[in-house]
Amino acid sequence: MPPAVLIEKLKKSYGSVEAVKDVSLTIQPGEIFGLLGPNGAGKTTTIRCLCTLASPDSGNIEINGTSVVDDPKVARQSLGYIAQEVALDPVLTGRELLQLQADIYHIPRKVSRDRIPQMIDLLELTDWADKKTGTYSGGLKKRLDLALGLLHQPEVLVLDEPTVGLDIETRSAVWQFLRQLKAAGTTVLITSHYLEEVDALADRVAIIDNGVVIAAGTPNELKDRIGGDRITLRIREFTPDDEARSAQEMLARLPFVQEVIINSAQGNSLNLVVEPQSDALLSVQQSLKEAGLSTFGISQSRPSLDDVYLAATGRTLMDAELAAVGTRNLKKERKEAMKGT
Amino acid sequence: MSTTLTPKSSPIDSPDLRAWKSASGGGDTSQPPGLLSGAFLQETLAMTRRLFIQLQRRPSTLVAGVIQPLIWLFLFGALFQNVPQGLFGESSNYGQFLAAGIIVFTAFGGALNAGLPVMFDREFGFLNRFLVAPLASRYSIVVASAIFIAALSIVQTAAVITLSAFLGAGWPDPLGLALVVLILLTLVLGVTALSLGLTFALPGHIELIAVIFVTNLPLLFASTALVPLDFMPGWLQVVASLNPLTYAIEPIRYLYLHPDWSLGSVVLQSPWGSISLGVCLAVLIGFCAIALLAIQPLLRRRIA
Ligand SMILES: Nc1ncnc2c1ncn2[C@@H]1O[C@H](COP(=O)(O)OP(=O)(O)OP(=O)(O)O)[C@@H](O)[C@H]1O
Ligand SMILES: [Mg+2]
Repeated sequence: MPPAVLIEKLKKSYGSVEAVKDVSLTIQPGEIFGLLGPNGAGKTTTIRCLCTLASPDSGNIEINGTSVVDDPKVARQSLGYIAQEVALDPVLTGRELLQLQADIYHIPRKVSRDRIPQMIDLLELTDWADKKTGTYSGGLKKRLDLALGLLHQPEVLVLDEPTVGLDIETRSAVWQFLRQLKAAGTTVLITSHYLEEVDALADRVAIIDNGVVIAAGTPNELKDRIGGDRITLRIREFTPDDEARSAQEMLARLPFVQEVIINSAQGNSLNLVVEPQSDALLSVQQSLKEAGLSTFGISQSRPSLDDVYLAATGRTLMDAELAAVGTRNLKKERKEAMKGT
Repeated sequence: MSTTLTPKSSPIDSPDLRAWKSASGGGDTSQPPGLLSGAFLQETLAMTRRLFIQLQRRPSTLVAGVIQPLIWLFLFGALFQNVPQGLFGESSNYGQFLAAGIIVFTAFGGALNAGLPVMFDREFGFLNRFLVAPLASRYSIVVASAIFIAALSIVQTAAVITLSAFLGAGWPDPLGLALVVLILLTLVLGVTALSLGLTFALPGHIELIAVIFVTNLPLLFASTALVPLDFMPGWLQVVASLNPLTYAIEPIRYLYLHPDWSLGSVVLQSPWGSISLGVCLAVLIGFCAIALLAIQPLLRRRIA
């Protein structure tokens, strides 16, 4: 069975901007695949090439073994695409848009007659289906957008940052929904710059930065690969500076401790990177006790995807996001995009 | 949303849809659905329906679209009311002469602007829905716009013909009317195709509006819409005889005045000889076919 999605050495520039330099991915049928990266990493560009909206400068893209460049119609049959920005016709109702969607996918009327109410029900749009979408809230629009993308029951559903700007409730609803889809056998490709989102949802992840895939694998593999466990501890709820510093010095001398950081934003809690070993937590507690320090709270955890990103790029995702703010010229991008390819 | 999306009554999966997919080959395009396929018809009608729903909920375009040519007819007619009889060929008054010009120019203007809403769809991202869908052909976008504009033009034309009748221009005979409609449909399809070609080719709506702006009025003045050919200086006669609008205007004007018309009737004395009604039709159909063919590579582009 060919992979659901295969991207090999994708390259795509807009003018002088190399949006995607080297992206290769393999997505197996039925998995949720997360493409994680900061603003401007090249996620949307990758997806546009996959969905036949942009043509790659070089590289190969296949869906179920068929090239999307040579045979775009086959790819379009199997794909559902949910764009980063919801674009609806404000004058039409949700139901009218669903009917339009059914017709451009050539679903026979006798099938769409049942399918459309099913999707309306599934995404809990019943009260709104016959109102103009111009009157919808952001969350409602997103739900209708999901219904539209799923209407033809695509084998591969592509969602570009599906939860950005949504309230927490809608976000968790979308998560749950994607899990349901996976259970029904759909392959899902999702981009995100939320670590937790990818960590919680994705079977496998590729981290992309500056148009290049810098790490790929299951979230666990990635975390194991950078090694080390994290211990977070608080001596008191709000630890005085000097006490935190002396604890830092003392703990750093322990043989299995690699690094100790004081997090002043969290009431001077201490963050330790330790070699994974079963008694690390106990040993730390022991040394604290010997030094006459109390323990308000302590926990041990595996590294997060942010640690993976940090290890690969030398900065956290949050730093990368902040750095990206203001460097994008959206007007110019639009111009470039409209020039076509 | 206040409740979570629970896997309750409605399953995600639809057995009917699955059955249809596997029956239809689920993406098997060994026989790509062509322009005459049911798929093409389905997508075209769906896009057309959207345009009519928009019109129905925002009827101001229709109202303005009907009033505008009537104002033209009325004002221009008044402007040249005292022109000596016989100056405008066989027409008994300027209003009668002008009706054909206004009808064609109105249809032309509508078709020329057909690309604008599509451009806004494109800038807004809505067009991506069509572009990622397995359309039988992207000509459905063109044909849907053309059907919509043609329907509007026919309403506008009916209004113009009715008003001119009241102003004393009379009526073309029924078969003549059918020919008027045919001429307009051909012109609208061709010009709509060009307008949509521009929509796929140009960077954005500013550029599209600029192009529309610089083509619209010049094409009007360089045609026989407002004055007959023999009024013009020699060079303009040449230009007007190359202008497709002239080939729509002159037959309609002739139909108005000659209930005994035939395809062989000479309707235009161009600098290079007399041109019959049949030739005019052939020119229009040729123009339309060339326009449709010319935009094919543009429609195929990937423009995101
Ligand atoms: N149409 C365009 N014209 C010019 N540059 C572009 C265009 N689209 C993207 N870029 C540039 O390519 C790079 C990748 O952009 P892309 O939209 O793929 O990033 P992204 O990972 O989706 O970011 P975000 O998280 O902000 O959506 C960025 O530097 C961006 O400025
Ligand atoms: Mg993006």
